[in-house]
Amino acid sequence: MSDWKFMARQLVKNPLSLAGLIIIAIFVIVAIFAPLIAPTPEGHRDAYLIPRDGYSATPQPPSEEHIFGTTEGQYDIFYGVIWGTRSAFRVALVVMAITIVIGIALGSLAGYFGGLLDEVIMRITDIFLAFPALILAMAIVSAIGPSLKSVMIALCVVWWPSYARLIRGDILQLREEDYVEASRGLGASSGRVIVRHVLPNAIYPSLIMASLDIGAVVLSAAALSFLGLGSPEGYADWGQMTQFARNWIVGPHNEPLKYWYAVITPGLFILFFVLGWNLLGDAFRDILDPRLARR
Amino acid sequence: MNTLVDIRGLKKYFPIIGGVLRRPVGAVKAVDGVSLSVRRGQWLGLVGESGCGKTTLAKTVVRLIKPTSGHIYFDVPDETKALIEDLESQGKNNSKLALLLKDNDLATFSGKRLSSLRRHAQLVHQDPFTSLDPRMKIKDTVAEPLRIHRVLSGEASKTAVKELLGTVGLSAGQMERYPHQFSGGQRQRIAIARALATKPEFIVFDEPTSALDVSVQAQILNLLKDLKKEFGLTYLYITHELLIAESVCDYIAVMYLGKVVEMGRPEEIFHAPRHPYAQSLVAATPVPDPKRRIGRIVLSGEVPSPSNPPPGCTFHPRCSRASKECHELEPPLEPVGGDHYVACFHPL
Amino acid sequence: MKELIRIRDLSVRFYTYEGVVHAIDDLDLDIRQGETLGIVGETGSGKTMTALAILRLIPYPGKIESGSIVFCDRDSGGELELLKLSEGRMRAIRGNKISMVFQEPGAALNPVYTIGDQISEVFLLHRRQEVGYRARERVDNLLRDGNGFGASVKRPFWRWQSRIYDKIAEEPHALEPRLLSHIPLFRRLLWRLRDEASLLTVDMLKDVEIPDAARVAAQYPHQLSGGMKQRAVIAMALACSPELLMADEPTTSLDVTIQAQMLELFRRIKVDRGASVLFVTHNLGVASEVCDRVAVMYAGRLCEVCTVEELFLHPLHPYTKALLDAVPMPGKELQTIPGALADALNPPPGCRFHPRCPGAMPMCQQERPKLKEIGKDHMVACYLY
Repeated sequence: MSDWKFMARQLVKNPLSLAGLIIIAIFVIVAIFAPLIAPTPEGHRDAYLIPRDGYSATPQPPSEEHIFGTTEGQYDIFYGVIWGTRSAFRVALVVMAITIVIGIALGSLAGYFGGLLDEVIMRITDIFLAFPALILAMAIVSAIGPSLKSVMIALCVVWWPSYARLIRGDILQLREEDYVEASRGLGASSGRVIVRHVLPNAIYPSLIMASLDIGAVVLSAAALSFLGLGSPEGYADWGQMTQFARNWIVGPHNEPLKYWYAVITPGLFILFFVLGWNLLGDAFRDILDPRLARR
Repeated sequence: MNTLVDIRGLKKYFPIIGGVLRRPVGAVKAVDGVSLSVRRGQWLGLVGESGCGKTTLAKTVVRLIKPTSGHIYFDVPDETKALIEDLESQGKNNSKLALLLKDNDLATFSGKRLSSLRRHAQLVHQDPFTSLDPRMKIKDTVAEPLRIHRVLSGEASKTAVKELLGTVGLSAGQMERYPHQFSGGQRQRIAIARALATKPEFIVFDEPTSALDVSVQAQILNLLKDLKKEFGLTYLYITHELLIAESVCDYIAVMYLGKVVEMGRPEEIFHAPRHPYAQSLVAATPVPDPKRRIGRIVLSGEVPSPSNPPPGCTFHPRCSRASKECHELEPPLEPVGGDHYVACFHPL
Repeated sequence: MKELIRIRDLSVRFYTYEGVVHAIDDLDLDIRQGETLGIVGETGSGKTMTALAILRLIPYPGKIESGSIVFCDRDSGGELELLKLSEGRMRAIRGNKISMVFQEPGAALNPVYTIGDQISEVFLLHRRQEVGYRARERVDNLLRDGNGFGASVKRPFWRWQSRIYDKIAEEPHALEPRLLSHIPLFRRLLWRLRDEASLLTVDMLKDVEIPDAARVAAQYPHQLSGGMKQRAVIAMALACSPELLMADEPTTSLDVTIQAQMLELFRRIKVDRGASVLFVTHNLGVASEVCDRVAVMYAGRLCEVCTVEELFLHPLHPYTKALLDAVPMPGKELQTIPGALADALNPPPGCRFHPRCPGAMPMCQQERPKLKEIGKDHMVACYLY
């Protein structure tokens, strides 16, 4: 279809979006080939547990054996950030998927049917939005018990209201479109109209927001892990690794940046991941909107 | 049983919500008591300017909008209608009346009855650029009514779609395309094909050519003529262009501010309009004929708002023949010879 | 009759993603002084683009490729090549000597300013000297006739104003008033200019037959109906007594009865002000009501130009004839034109209309027919003649 070709052309033409595309592509490759890039040592139970080379608390600088060095507790940084890519994608995609599904379901009910249902759903949404997001997430994780799963649950709970609102707004507008009315005129049930006509047209702004949000989700998960509320110790997760590096951000007096590798490496991975998704999200927004206007 | 669609006393008021407490503070009287009947096989034209309620009427007749009051009878025998009128005039609000209405009056339909009505009465929208789902291939768009009503599916449905597209002058090879790849005229044809899918008897057209070029308009009008002949259809055609109505319709009703002010055959309306508004409408219509300049009857003032229509005859503030009677009483629609009706105390 | 605008060999192309569109293709057209010229055509005919090209307002991705548009300025007597003027000089012409009325009146008016403010803006921009002069006159009258305590207090204030307005009357963009307008408190000295412009505005609104002009001037666009808005836009366009008024389908979005009023207004404008009008429309009926001469365009090219009587009584070009036949008239068979409008990206070679023309000859496919004069003041581009 020439539309996809046009979109692909636009993606590639713009240097920023191309950069975003390349960055994310690299991360995808790293995530897929993690076992090959950073093989799990023999006999290791859980691939996501970073192998330790000793128990010393002091991070060791990069060496031949540990390409990126080791962090507190002698966890291999290289292994950590490579497999961390996998957990980053996992967290991001799972949270986004659940959030969008809940947001869409509630948003479309509220938007399409209006009236009392709309009011009730919107007030519930308002309640959730009233809490400061990170604090609420922290509270939920603390209540359930820290683990990556609870981080994901907490982020879902905190994130869905924005999508519900966004979808509801789009649906309010789409509801009045002629082709929706025409479909009703043909005798279509409300369900059919929503699923076949309204949602496919309403979903685009949400997808754009989602691609911009993926970075934010990973950042929030990392923040929670940094505070100790995330995955268990030694888990291959970027946030976890920054938590390890907490005590080593500033080194001894004469060498303040002595343990830079412990801090900077996971930080850079987070940075580029978020940057890549942000650029991609911006590109999608620019492509999808003027393309629609171009018609 | 010559009458296919019988509209009696139809009213549609849209409430205006205002004030802090969000209560209805008024109403936009879009359709204010319209009675029309469309004979089987007739091409009825409904003419009026913006704000006269013609689009609201069109959408109410096919129940895209629920009427505030009034009756719409679709293919109902005369005896039943007479019986209903009888019961109503007796004032008894009994269950027999309610049952009759539920069965026959389109205005009260819901659920399955409404859905089955949709197979017989369809609406074609004004703007072909927005009446087709931009993300659906046209083959799916045209097949949708077949799917909804479970008439056909699979291969049979595909064949039907090809046939429909052929009927409206499009080739089957374009089935896989999206609406934006077609021109305005072609999109309108697709919308017409969609309306024809369930083999309806009655089609309402809401200004189907106003967004199209003159040459394309001519093609669509000729297509409508052919389709009507081929399938024995009945049309209710809404337009603001008198010339089109005069050219293709069998019968014309002129609307002003929610009411029908004159009804008659095209020649009568065009050459001898009796209602002052109809007359000014005819006089104001530009005709491509330099010898015939617009008549000096240029109406003054603007159309009043339908939320606050003038009392009595709604046209009296702009009428040169208005008298005291016109300020107070509403003129009823009366016959003035043959099937020509006028709602005026001082017809021309 | 002398020409006001002379268009020769005008070509406008649009560089779109899908290809190059020849919106206007070697157009030769004259607009004569004091006449109403109608350009009639369907989608893609290039009629709107012609009007925009005169004002050099062709939107991206369009470009005026070649040709010349000569404007014979009545006042200065000189001839200006519009396509070669600098943007600054072009701005002085837009809204002043040549102005335009667009199709959607709502879109042409800024919703956050009152009608009066928007029209005053035109006066303050293009007729600043006159406004300054009037303001000075008014202040001088006050200086002369004012007495009493209040007057003696305000006198120095008035003298200062008189001096400033005098400067504006001489040189509309004089330095001192311009500087003053940027200093918060001293800006008040210039308020009389706005008042004078408002008075001129109300006169202008009365001219376009807006009832209760003073009240309407204080209203916002959303408070007016479509017909009134269009009149306000016309008032804006006429504010500086332009020599050419262009209107792009100004009545298409209006009701028939309002349209009739508007056409009457256009007829009167021409008579009262001696301006020329370029009236773009797709409606042949409207063209026959208001135009003296009509030009028919198809796919970016001119097909026929003649007086309005000639067009309807003796149309020559097959497209013109087909168009007239396609207009629904009571009692007449609707004739359709076979085929579809020429594809903008891939138009037919030679004469653009030949695939749909009943009189097409092999020659029509090869080379484009040139505009020839057949009969008195009647030009056709067709090999049949």
